Amino acid sequence: MVDAKGAKDERDEGTKTQDASHEIHAELAKSEVRELEIVDVREGAFGTHGTGDTSGFGGLTQPVIMPSASQQPYGGWYDEVSDKLTTLGTPDAIEKVVVDRGEITFFIRRHALLETVTHLRNDPALRFEFCSSLSGVHFPHEKGRELHVAIHLLSMTHNRRIRLEVAAPDDDPHIPSVVSIYPTADWHERETYDFFGIIFDGHPGLTRIMMPDDWPGHPQRKDYPLGGIPVEYKGGTIAPPDQRRSYS
Amino acid sequence: MTATTDPYAGSTETSEGPVFTVTGQDWDSIDSSTVEGDHLVINMGPQHPSTHGVLRLVLEIDGETVRDARAGIGYLHTGIEKNMEFRTWTQGVTFCTRMDYVAPFSNEAAYVMAVERLLEIEVPEKAQAIRVLLLELNRISSHLVCLATGGMEIGALTVMTCGFRDRELILDLFEMITGLRMNHAYFRPGGVALDLPDGAIEKLRSTVRLLKKRLPEYAALCNANPIFKGRLKGIGHLDLAGCLALGLTGPVLRATGYDWDLRKKQPYWGYETYDFDVVTWDEPDAYGRFRVRLDEMWESIKIVEQATERLAGMVGEPVMVADKKIAWPSQLSVGADGQGNSAEHIKHIMGESMEALIHHFKIVTEGFRVPAGQAYASIESPRGEIGCHLVSDGGTRPYRAHFRDPSFVNLQGTSVMSEGGMISDVIVAIASIDPVMGGVDR
Repeated sequence: MVDAKGAKDERDEGTKTQDASHEIHAELAKSEVRELEIVDVREGAFGTHGTGDTSGFGGLTQPVIMPSASQQPYGGWYDEVSDKLTTLGTPDAIEKVVVDRGEITFFIRRHALLETVTHLRNDPALRFEFCSSLSGVHFPHEKGRELHVAIHLLSMTHNRRIRLEVAAPDDDPHIPSVVSIYPTADWHERETYDFFGIIFDGHPGLTRIMMPDDWPGHPQRKDYPLGGIPVEYKGGTIAPPDQRRSYS
Repeated sequence: MTATTDPYAGSTETSEGPVFTVTGQDWDSIDSSTVEGDHLVINMGPQHPSTHGVLRLVLEIDGETVRDARAGIGYLHTGIEKNMEFRTWTQGVTFCTRMDYVAPFSNEAAYVMAVERLLEIEVPEKAQAIRVLLLELNRISSHLVCLATGGMEIGALTVMTCGFRDRELILDLFEMITGLRMNHAYFRPGGVALDLPDGAIEKLRSTVRLLKKRLPEYAALCNANPIFKGRLKGIGHLDLAGCLALGLTGPVLRATGYDWDLRKKQPYWGYETYDFDVVTWDEPDAYGRFRVRLDEMWESIKIVEQATERLAGMVGEPVMVADKKIAWPSQLSVGADGQGNSAEHIKHIMGESMEALIHHFKIVTEGFRVPAGQAYASIESPRGEIGCHLVSDGGTRPYRAHFRDPSFVNLQGTSVMSEGGMISDVIVAIASIDPVMGGVDR
C-alpha cells in the first residue's frame, strides 16, 4: 500500500490479493500494444448532438478505449496462474489477458469456459474454490461481442482473486453455465439472464429472478430506457434522468 | 370477497390426483373424505412479518415437515444498479447506500473502494480511520438488529426490545457524525463528506462505555437459555463445503470454524493495524451463528475504541484527498437552521474568486471523469463479502455498477437449510442467514 505521501507501507506485505510487483511490468507492456480496445466513440461534451450544442465542443469526437491486452511477464503470481492455465486448457481458450489497476482479467472464449473453470477450481495450484460474483455488461457498440459476462473468482487457499470475462454476440447470446462447477452461480446467472438476456446453456432453471415472470425486455441493456416521467414544478418541466442533457 | 366467489379457489385434476386451491376461510369447502394425505404447498410471504421484509417462500409441506423450500425474490427490486448509470460517480453513493439499509456503510464502502481503485487514489489516513470507525459501529448495529428480529421471531420479545434499544445508541452516533440515521451517503470517492463534529470523540467514548455495560445482557439472557438453545441448536445446519459451494460468507461461514474474514485476509483501510480477533464457532447451525455475531460485536467494540483514540489525535487533518479535480469542493456545516454549507466557502465562491465558483459548479454538476477500465472491490460487511464491480468508459458516470450483495448470495442456502426440518424451523434458519431484502433485490 502506498500512502498519500508516496511512502510504501511495509506492514501489509503479503496480505494483499493484488500483487504489487505487476505495476512496473504493466507499464512496460503498454508499449507493445497492438490493438486498441475501442468500445464506443464519444461525441461532444454535453450529450446533445447536431445544432443543439452551441458550446463549441459539439464537434469533439473521442474513442472510448478499454485497457488493452498485457504482455508477459505480468508480475508475481499472475504469471504462475496464467502459465498453469495455458498448459492445462485447450490452446485457444484464452483470448487475451489484461492486467489493469492491479487486477488480472482472463478473456476466455466461450466454448472453453466450462473446461477453464473446471481447471481453475480443481487444480491444486490454482484452486479457485469460491465464485464470489457473476454479472453482465452490455457494450452495444462492440460489434459481434456486445454482451460480456464477468466472473469473479476467489481462491481462499492461495488468497488470490481473478476475473474471467466471456463475450457473446447479441444475435447469439449463449454462454455455457458454470452452475455445475460453482452452484452459487445459480442466482447470479438467473439475474444476468433477467437483466441482459444472456442465455446460460446448461443452467438447471433459467427463469427471471428480479423482474416479474412476464416482463418484456431485459432492463439493464443499454438500449432499455431507465423510465420515469417529466416533473413539473412552478411552470418549469424537468425531464426524467435518462432524457436530461448530460455530460457525455 | 367471500370464499365461494374467489376465482382461484376450487379443485383441479392433475396427474398426481386432485389439487385443491384454498385461499383462507374456505377450508370447510373441501370434502375431507376425498383428500388423501396431508400434502400442502403454501406461500409464506411476501407479506409475512418474519421473513425479514418481502421474501416469498414456496414451501411444500407434509404435515409439519418441509419437503421442498424455494425462495422467491424480486419484490423490492428498485433498479439501483441501472439508476447509478445515470448519475455522477459521487451521486452513486446516494443510491447504493439504500441497498442493504441495515448496513448502509458497507454498501458505500464497497462502492467508493471500487471508484478509488479505478482512479488509483489512496484516501487520507483520517478518512480511513473514520470509515473503519463507522463500519464497525455499523457491524454492531446490524448484528443487534439480527439478534433482535431473530429473537422476536421465536417469541423472545425481550431480546427484540433490548436489541433495538441499543441499536438506537449507535444510530444516534450516526446522526451526529453524518446527519442521518440511515441512508447516509457519507463516504465519498476520495474520502468522507465532512469531518467529525465537535464533541464527537466524547460522545463515542461514552456510548462505547454504555454498550459495554449492556452487551453482556444478551449473553446472560440467551446463551444458556434452554428455550433459546432448544429452538436454535441444530437448526439450519450448513457445513463448510456447503457454504463454499453455495457462496455463503460472513457469520454463516465462520460458524463452520473457518476464520475467513476479509478484514484479516485482505485488509483494507488500515485494518491490519487494529488489534482484533476473528470469531469462529464449531457448530454450523443457527446457534453457532448467533454466538459468532454476539462475539463479533465485542471485537468491533475493540476496533471502535482504537479508531476513536486515533481520531482523537488527528484533529484538523484532511478527510478528503488533496486533488481538487476529485475532492468535493464545498464543506457542509451545521448552521443556525440545522443545515447548510459553510459560510466561509460560500463567501469564497460568491464574493472572492470567480475561478473557485466555476470549479465548484463544474465538480458539482459535471463531476469528475474516471479513466476507462473495470475494478472489483470487496469488503467484509456484517453479512459477508459485499463486492462492487464497476466498469468505467472514461465518462462522468459509471458505465456499469454491479453489487455482489451477501444477502442475495446467502439466501441461496434457504433450501438446503430448511428442507427436511419442521416448518417452525424455517423461520429460525432464515433469521440465522440474516438477509436484508433491500440488498437482495437492489
